[in-house]
Amino acid sequence: MLNPDSVGRTFTGAEFVSVTQSQIEEFARVVGETDLSVAPPTFSIRITLAQSQELLSNPDVGLDWTRLVHGDQKFEIHRPIVAGDQLKCSSTIENYKVAAGNEIVTVRSDLHSESELVVSTWSTLVVRA
Amino acid sequence: MTQVGDVVAERIFRINRELLKAYANASGDQNPIHQDEIFAKSVGLPDVIAHGMLTMALVAKFVTDWAGGSSAVKEFSGRFVKPVIVPAGKEVDLTVSAVISEVSNGRVRMDISATSAGVKVLGMSKALVEEK
Repeated sequence: MLNPDSVGRTFTGAEFVSVTQSQIEEFARVVGETDLSVAPPTFSIRITLAQSQELLSNPDVGLDWTRLVHGDQKFEIHRPIVAGDQLKCSSTIENYKVAAGNEIVTVRSDLHSESELVVSTWSTLVVRA
Repeated sequence: MTQVGDVVAERIFRINRELLKAYANASGDQNPIHQDEIFAKSVGLPDVIAHGMLTMALVAKFVTDWAGGSSAVKEFSGRFVKPVIVPAGKEVDLTVSAVISEVSNGRVRMDISATSAGVKVLGMSKALVEEK
């Protein structure tokens, strides 16, 4: 079970994540996107999925990533991600509830380039009972 | 001029196991439920299922094609209501359409519908884009 004290806490990555042109092109190719000048709208999941998982795998948090199902996803894109971006991820457990034995956790992950907020994402994750 | 109620023409994407593999590599999501039939069935799924985020990535392509590029997209959301089931050696559809639900301040909101094999797979899906 999630430690209720972790709700509202923000965990920030220690390292920047570098975005390369080849990562953008690989992602774009899968969906048939031909505009390679910026990352496709959902590209940020490539960064936030791994980063939030790492940040929230802290034993104090108590989130069981092995039994997670992705419930919903939202993106607020302040500007498109481009090659050369050095992004830092911070993840916050914004909401937590238990319904029918399932734990429902809303994780917000923000990607910053220095002080500029580039993308905010919200993922609702369901830990099945 | 875009108006509320305008329909964005339906488009059909094709999803197969090769696309799941390519998306796994591009996104870093190597969860075996998206590639390994035996594993998927062992956790109670009917077969390999597509990444929910692959569905959203394809829907985003539908949005960016209408909006004129990735830079136009300001908000995008969706709920994974049912999985897209991808049997071996088969291609399944992802059928996407949208209706314009709001036009204001140079921005357009789209309410998006996405189905596979006639089943709604994405719910409450909306995009906010800059008007062309």
